[in-house]
Amino acid sequence: MRLEAREQTSAGWALAAPLLAVALTLLACAGLLVWAGAPVGRAYALLFDGAFGSRLALTETLTRATPLILTGLAVAVAFRARLYNIGAEGQLYLGALAAVAVGGLHGGSGWDLPPAVLYPLMLLAGMAAGAALLLGPAWLKLRFGVDEVVTTLLLNFIALLLVSMLLDGVMKDPLAMGWPQSVAIRDELVFAQLLERSRVHSGLLWALGAALALWALERYTRFGLAMRAVGANARAARFAGLPVKRVMLATAALSGALAGLAGVGEVAGRAGYVTLDMSPGYGYSGIVIAMLAQLHPLGVVLAALFVAGTLVGADSMSRALGVPSYLADVIVAVSLLAMLVTGLAARYRLRWS
Amino acid sequence: MTATGAPVLRLRGIGKRFGPVIANADISLELARGEVLALLGENGAGKSTLVSILFGHYRADSGSIEAFGQPLPPGDPAAALAAGIGMVHQHFTLADNLTVLENILIGTEPLWQPFSRRRAALARIHDTAARFGLAVDPAARVARLSVGEKQRVEILKALYRGARVLILDEPTAVLTPQESSALFATLKELVAEGLSIIFISHKLDEVLAVSDRVAVLRGGRLVAERAVAETSKAELATLMVGREVKLPQRALSVPGPLRLRLRGVRVDGHGAQPRLDGVDLEVHGGEIVAIAGVSGNGQAALAELLCGLCAASAGRVELDGRPLPADPAALLALGVGRIPEDRTGIGTIGDLPVWQNAILERWRSPRFSRWGLLRRGAARAFTQQLVAAGDVRLGSIEQPARGLSGGNLQKLVLGRALDGEPGLIIAQQPSWGLDIGAVAAVHERLLAARARGAALLLISEDLDEVFALADRIAVMSHGQLGPARPGAEWTLASLGLAMAGARHDAA
Repeated sequence: MRLEAREQTSAGWALAAPLLAVALTLLACAGLLVWAGAPVGRAYALLFDGAFGSRLALTETLTRATPLILTGLAVAVAFRARLYNIGAEGQLYLGALAAVAVGGLHGGSGWDLPPAVLYPLMLLAGMAAGAALLLGPAWLKLRFGVDEVVTTLLLNFIALLLVSMLLDGVMKDPLAMGWPQSVAIRDELVFAQLLERSRVHSGLLWALGAALALWALERYTRFGLAMRAVGANARAARFAGLPVKRVMLATAALSGALAGLAGVGEVAGRAGYVTLDMSPGYGYSGIVIAMLAQLHPLGVVLAALFVAGTLVGADSMSRALGVPSYLADVIVAVSLLAMLVTGLAARYRLRWS
Repeated sequence: MTATGAPVLRLRGIGKRFGPVIANADISLELARGEVLALLGENGAGKSTLVSILFGHYRADSGSIEAFGQPLPPGDPAAALAAGIGMVHQHFTLADNLTVLENILIGTEPLWQPFSRRRAALARIHDTAARFGLAVDPAARVARLSVGEKQRVEILKALYRGARVLILDEPTAVLTPQESSALFATLKELVAEGLSIIFISHKLDEVLAVSDRVAVLRGGRLVAERAVAETSKAELATLMVGREVKLPQRALSVPGPLRLRLRGVRVDGHGAQPRLDGVDLEVHGGEIVAIAGVSGNGQAALAELLCGLCAASAGRVELDGRPLPADPAALLALGVGRIPEDRTGIGTIGDLPVWQNAILERWRSPRFSRWGLLRRGAARAFTQQLVAAGDVRLGSIEQPARGLSGGNLQKLVLGRALDGEPGLIIAQQPSWGLDIGAVAAVHERLLAARARGAALLLISEDLDEVFALADRIAVMSHGQLGPARPGAEWTLASLGLAMAGARHDAA
């Protein structure tokens, strides 16, 4: 048995690969369900039902998908330019901090600005904070060849420690009875509810808009062409006169900004304040989502829905069947591995000897 | 060099398709002991596919191979090696950061063996090297070797593994005439020892010089087999191309104004030795100045300098009296057309569609983008025009550039570089690895650029090309450039001597 490169990846395979990956994942995790003594069919039915089966389930999935779309986009755009941003988690937290800094810290007193000004300012601050956190590693990579996988990964922990410090310091909410949480943003800045009696907020529109915008950027703009050219072959791009470093830095800023926006959304759309456990690894899930989507911005939306649905559905399944909800994390992780395998199948064919 | 006895290799009915493309169709060949068989054919004729099947890189769709009377398991390079088939690829498969000895030993020793048996290996390598005239220093790091030396290492590597059949893929493409002669002498030694050689080439002269028998491939089929004694250059050319080839003629041209001028240019490298040192050069409009030389003597640095990829450490580089910017985008704006040596690694981006590659150098021009948006229609129309004008054969301009054959890719790069009638053209190995037909097309376009008054600097290791195109020729050796003299004042021998580093005045 051996692998032989396909001359051209067919469109059929490109579409089939993620679906096949999901199927493989469910198959593999069925083993775990059996091991846990749960009926496989019913478990998956409950999982699906818990994710998409009711209005409540669906809105919860959408709410959960909102930050995932943005971190997925952040990773996808960076990976497209071969900038391996593993730091979306940290960028998300920094975006959230910036949102509180603008929208809550001196609520009404220090920043005596009308909400109409403060609202875009809050979004921009969040994006700028996320971008800044990725620009550092990107610059180090370009200037000194420092591996960005290491720097961005480690910055996640630094960002989290910074959050922890601020939540105990200048951002501490005096009314939180000692809970580590920040002050809340002003009420006028809270994202609008999209659906009655649900937690779906207008951050979802920002996320979908970002996906569309990114898709158009990659496809129709010359910056998109430059980005793909630099990612596919930086030496050739430089030879052709493309400003490789500027393109890399701009891509880093874009990626970090998307992750930062995810953080703003979590603050302004859900809690209203920052906590240390605000993100259950949205930044890391973004990597899985970007890979499942094969870095395609619109694919990211679907992949984010899949991951969000798994996380939400697994919660209700585990309540009904007594299976640990960690199964969701396993499904998400296995789906990444399965995607790597089916992605390989899309680019190579198996030959039996 | 007479072939005797049972064939060492027997290919029967080899067929291979890549999707809709027929790479090989029903090819049957035999190779005798002590024979040099040349595989002649244009690019895309199926030569490389055939030897890749033979060596087990690819698996044939049909047919069978016997080596030394035993069937060869298909698709298994290890089995091919074990059967005594060795291959020297056109692109060397050496690890630059290891020494010659380490490169030869790689893969010959089990991984669990704690210490490598270098002393014994060294003795064997010295022995083989001396016997076949393959002088290399086993302790030298491969990165520091010249191309000719690397090739010798590749041959040594194959021999060390006990190859009895040696496949050489376009071995002379990168050598000086003297190095080529040395290689041919080595081949004669090998054959005299009873080895058999398959020699892939599209250069007729060397095929006639070195081989016993010629197999001509065209369009994936074996169209003719001839004993060298019974054929001629003209017949082989016609067989190979399938029609008669007209070689472009160089018309007289009167040099115009001075365009490019280098004075005392130095380019520092990583070590103490500068990559370029004290280079003086002038190129006028309407003339082609060729830089000949063995690869690795500073041509790369000169090309990088003139393509805007690096700056001079000392000296002046001027275009039309103004300093030449060290920035590809600025160079392009000044009307410099550049044809890089490495068309797949630097000239194009394999993952991107052909049309995006076509506009890559002009990505910012208002012709192809407006308000930051790509004008996809204009870009596609431009590409179609480029493809039609340059006779680039492809399925669609939407296909990734990596799917194009070398010749077609080069035609695309050429069309892109010559678009907009650049006043200065830097062409590095423009016909490297191309077949006769494609070479003629490339040369014709370069000569046309000269005819309309462009200044051309041709950096080439192919002396046929140098003589065919250049008005003046200068030789580069050890980072230094000799004086550019009219082509008629050079002979193959004097060029070879100068390339080997003899003093310029001795040439």
